[in-house]
Amino acid sequence: MLDLSMLPDGGVGWLDASGESADIVISTRVRLARNIEGYAFAGRARDGERLRVLSQVQQAIDGIRQLKHGVLLRVDELPPADRLLLHERHLVSRELAGLDPQRPVRSGAAVHLTRGTSIMVNEEDHLRLQSLQSGLHIASAFAAIETLDTELGEKVPYAFHNEFGFLTACPTNVGTGLRASVLIHLPGLVLTKEIGKVLAGLQQVGLTYRGLYGEGSEVVGNFFQISNQTTLGRREGELLDYLTRVVSHVIEREEEARKVLLRDAGYIIEDKLWRAYGTLRYARSLTFDEVMSYLSSVRLAVGLKLISDLSVYTLNKLLIFSQPAHLAYAEGRELTASEANLARARYVRAILASDTGSTR
Amino acid sequence: MVCDVCKEADAVIQLTEVEGTGVRQLHLCERCAAERGVETAAPSPKPQIADFLQSVHQQMQATQGDAARCAFCSSTFRDFRSTGRLGCAHCYDAFEKSMGDLLRRIHGNARHIGRRYEPPASGALPDGGTANELRDRLRRAIDSEQFELAANIRDRLRSLD
Repeated sequence: MLDLSMLPDGGVGWLDASGESADIVISTRVRLARNIEGYAFAGRARDGERLRVLSQVQQAIDGIRQLKHGVLLRVDELPPADRLLLHERHLVSRELAGLDPQRPVRSGAAVHLTRGTSIMVNEEDHLRLQSLQSGLHIASAFAAIETLDTELGEKVPYAFHNEFGFLTACPTNVGTGLRASVLIHLPGLVLTKEIGKVLAGLQQVGLTYRGLYGEGSEVVGNFFQISNQTTLGRREGELLDYLTRVVSHVIEREEEARKVLLRDAGYIIEDKLWRAYGTLRYARSLTFDEVMSYLSSVRLAVGLKLISDLSVYTLNKLLIFSQPAHLAYAEGRELTASEANLARARYVRAILASDTGSTR
Repeated sequence: MVCDVCKEADAVIQLTEVEGTGVRQLHLCERCAAERGVETAAPSPKPQIADFLQSVHQQMQATQGDAARCAFCSSTFRDFRSTGRLGCAHCYDAFEKSMGDLLRRIHGNARHIGRRYEPPASGALPDGGTANELRDRLRRAIDSEQFELAANIRDRLRSLD
C-alpha cells in the first residue's frame, strides 16, 4: 500500500484552515493546462509516446530547484485502492486515477507532488500544473505555479499557437489554459433558498460551479467549487481578479444569509445544528453522505460561533479522512460498506472527542 | 435514498424548510426540487462542450467536412465531434476553418491575449525515441509540412544507423 507519509506535507497542507475566510472557503486551486509539442495529446497518443512524454518531463523536473524535494508517483503502476486514495485527497483527478471503468488508467500517468503544488502528467493534457492552498488565496496559488510554468517551458517545448495561445485537448481550456477554482461552503444561501439566484448569476458572468470533486461531480454537503468558465480572450490576471471579486461577493451574500437565519429562525437553526453535532459525536454507524451533511451543519455552527471548542482544521480533516479509501487505509484492509460505516462513525467520534477534550 | 415527494428518482438535495416553529427536512430529486424553486444543489452542470458541439454541428458541416483529417495525428473532424477532444496541437490548424467560430462560441473570443510563449531553441525535437518511433515522427513532420523538424529527425535517425 502507498505510504502517504512520504508525500510532502502528507498531501494535506491545503486542509490546515490557515487562509483567509477559511471557515467558508476550504481551499483554492489554480491549474495550468500545457501540452508538449511533437506528440499527440495524451488521449490520442500511443503508449510509447506517453512514456516518452513522462521521461522528458521527469528530466525537466530534475533540473528545477523548486521541485527538488518532490515525489514522483507512477499512477499507472498503483493498485486501484491507492489511486482512489490519491483522488480522495484531491491530489489527482478522476481521469488521471483512471477511476471510471470505461476510461482505465493510461500508461505513463504520473503525478509529481511538492508542498502545495503538483504536476499531473498524461492527464487529458500532457501537463496539468496545479497549486492547492488552504482558504481564499487565488493570487498566491497562481504565483506558486507561474514560475514553475516558466521554468518548465524553458526545458520542454509547449504547444503554443499565435492566435489561440496554449493548445489543449479540449477547446474549453485553450488560450491561457488557466482554471482557478474555489471550494466554498454555502449552507446559509442554501437554507435561505438564495443559492439558485447566486448560481444562476455566476453562469451569467462567465463563471461556473461544480461539486466537491470537480467536473461531473454532485454537490454534497453544500460544498461548491466556483471557477472561471472561459480561458481564452482574457489575460491571466484579469481572469483571477474577476474570480476573486465574484467570490468575495458570494462570501458577503453567505454571511448576510447566515445573519438572516439567526435573526428569523434562531432557535430552530440552532437546534438543527446541535442535533447534527450530537449525531456525529455519538452515532455508531455513518454513511459518507450523512457525514457530509452533518459536517456541513457543524461547520455552519462553528462559523456562527455556536460551537466554540472545534477547529475548522478538524472539520476539514474529517471531510477527507472519512472517505472510503481513507478509512480502508487507516484500518489497513479493504472494508465492506457496513464495516466502513462503523469505522467512519468510530473515527469521527474519536476525532471530535480528542478535539474537544471530552469522552467518547 | 429516494425522493420524498415522487418516491421514484434518487434524492440529490436535502432541503430544510423552516415553517413557523418547526423544521422539516425533505430529500428531493432534481426535478421535484426544481418544482419547489430550488434548482440549487442539483448536480453540477454538464460540460457545455457536448451540447455546444451538437448545436453547431450543422453549421460546421458546411465549412468543415467530417472527413477532414489532421496530418500529424490522423484524427478526423468526426473524431473531434464525437469525443469533444482534439488529437494533437496540429488539429487546431487542420480544422482551422471551424476552430475560430467554435472558440468564439465557447469563450466569446477567439484570440489569445494572455501570456506569450517562445519554445526553447533545443526543444524542436522531442528527446530520444526508437528508430521506429522516429520514422513515425518523420512521416508526420513531412505530412504536416514541418520541414525543419523533419530534417532534425532525419539527422537523428542517421545517427542511430
